[in-house]
Amino acid sequence: MIRWINDNFKTGIAVFTLLAVFGCGHNSQKDWPDSFGYGKTASKADIIAKDIDVRPDGVGLPKGAGRIDTGALIFAEKCAMCHGVGGKLVKGQKLPAPALVSDTNFVKRKGNTVGNYWPYATTLFDYVRRSMPYNAPGSLTNQEVYDITAYLLYANGVIKKGATINAQTLPKVVMPARKYFVNDDRRGGNEVR
Amino acid sequence: MQGKKISRRSLLGGAAVATVALVQTSVGKVLQPIQTATPPEDPTKTVGPLPSKVGTRSPFENSVRKPSDISSRTPLQDMYSTITPADLHFERHHAGIPTIDPNKYELLIHGMVKRPMKFSLHDLKRFPAVTRTCFIECAGNFRTGKEDMTPQEILGLTSQSEWTGVMLSTLLREVGVDPKSTWFLAEGSDAAILTRSIPVSKAFDDAMIVYAQNGEAIRPAQGYPVRLLLPGWEGNTNVKWLRRLEFGDQPWMTREETSKYTYQVGEKVRQFSFEMDARSIIIYPSYPGKVEPGYIEIRGIAWSGRGKVNKVEVSTDGGKNWEIANLQEPVLSKAHTYFRYLWHWDGRQTEILSRVTDETGYIQPTLQQLKDARGPEMGGYHLNPITAWTVKRDGSVWLKPEEFKKL
Ligand code: HEC
Repeated sequence: MIRWINDNFKTGIAVFTLLAVFGCGHNSQKDWPDSFGYGKTASKADIIAKDIDVRPDGVGLPKGAGRIDTGALIFAEKCAMCHGVGGKLVKGQKLPAPALVSDTNFVKRKGNTVGNYWPYATTLFDYVRRSMPYNAPGSLTNQEVYDITAYLLYANGVIKKGATINAQTLPKVVMPARKYFVNDDRRGGNEVR
Repeated sequence: MQGKKISRRSLLGGAAVATVALVQTSVGKVLQPIQTATPPEDPTKTVGPLPSKVGTRSPFENSVRKPSDISSRTPLQDMYSTITPADLHFERHHAGIPTIDPNKYELLIHGMVKRPMKFSLHDLKRFPAVTRTCFIECAGNFRTGKEDMTPQEILGLTSQSEWTGVMLSTLLREVGVDPKSTWFLAEGSDAAILTRSIPVSKAFDDAMIVYAQNGEAIRPAQGYPVRLLLPGWEGNTNVKWLRRLEFGDQPWMTREETSKYTYQVGEKVRQFSFEMDARSIIIYPSYPGKVEPGYIEIRGIAWSGRGKVNKVEVSTDGGKNWEIANLQEPVLSKAHTYFRYLWHWDGRQTEILSRVTDETGYIQPTLQQLKDARGPEMGGYHLNPITAWTVKRDGSVWLKPEEFKKL
């Protein structure tokens, strides 16, 4: 613990400088120790147990590869009851969950789906693994998530039959709507954006 | 034991507003108070209920949220001031409210930090604490289209609390964030394991890790035992049931910041739209209220995610003329601010409106101004238009509905 405080002394200074720059005026921190010493060091195991996120650069993707055909079967069995047959909106039928499949046409879209709106393919893997199926979250294996991801990208017309979806290729899939996404440009002041 | 206690209480009083019932217990029949909304002829002739462990609202008050499957709305029209009672705070969950054991709770902070750490609830409470009053508003907080809509139905997805917790910057001193880290991921422990990417600058500005709301532990629906508080930023980023913060050098592009909480502006899609722009609404008089000619104190709330409310103007002639309303002090940054304006109504049909200007000089727009700025494909998030109420000759008050289809 003591060694860590020494180690961390330089970082402490860096953080203090940042605080000064960003102006955190809530506490008078003059009398604060470098560290309060509350909390514990997290072990590798602590982190692995919770670190389930997948980034657009592919960091976090497990081993494995998606099979479109198998994904279609899993989707029919575990997802279609809420998201519709083939993930598609059926006219006159109200689904308990959003449609996931249409085409890759952003401009003419009638609703947002993976193919016409989602800017990153990695989001699909990350979200399905953490949240779906809604009635049994966290129940899918990594293999099943890969299969479903491959299937949904294929069904939306983003990838072709026979495409390989794995930790190397998924981050490289160029989503058709990606080019439309821009950062917020509102900044207060007398203008409406 | 129990019989003794009850009979002592029934001797000293303990009868509720009106009714005292004979209740069969294991030790015989005793008098027991029953809460009812039937008042006695003369309350000075009946001894009322004695002190109790937990209070309840008057049986005459029936403010309630308006729930749907995915959210519930605050009854803003019932608010006399700006703190939202915790049990009326709006809710928006993506997979229901998780039950989290406070004794097992842990917040993990890792990634681009010198020392990855985990903090128990007890640990978090030991750090120097801060209390701050601010609003939380959902980014999808706008409905219109019918005359018979209440403030709750139009924009009930905003509420205000006094939050207590530790500044996130205080915790970051402990873990030592790498100066190269630009974004962090905040993750909840609900069944959606909801995640959002947040710029690190917000962590060092005013982000808080909060465990208390209006002086008591946070309500389960608001993130018990711990939530992230990002004053002024869209509700979804204030991740509830917070379990993990990971520091990195790029956004994670989670579903909630790509598929959702993004919106079309012109030909493009606007992303990472964090600040809630300034907004106001008259909550009295409003639908379904009725007023009489003469003096009417117009009342409402105004707020901005970019700082303090600078001024609120009220128009009682459909937007031709604007007068300055009184702001209830203290005016807090990124907080609901109560305004009042005394109006003499002559009994003729008219429209009443409010318009806020915040400290950056931003003036609350009309829906038409937003459409003009964002184009015909304008999405449904971050809409903060002026709300107009029509006051008819019979004193009835109706929303002036506007045309808006959201994609
Ligand atoms: C019991 C109903 C149900 C089942 C079964 C279900 N989902 Fe969902 N799904 C939902 C709901 C409801 C939402 C919207 C959740 C929200 O908005 O927070 C959703 C959202 C999604 C989304 C995000 C949609 C968007 O446009 O942002 C994806 C992707 C998804 N589900 C995939 C799946 C997959 C894959 C399966 C099968 C493994 C599945 N779901 C099974 C109910 C279901």
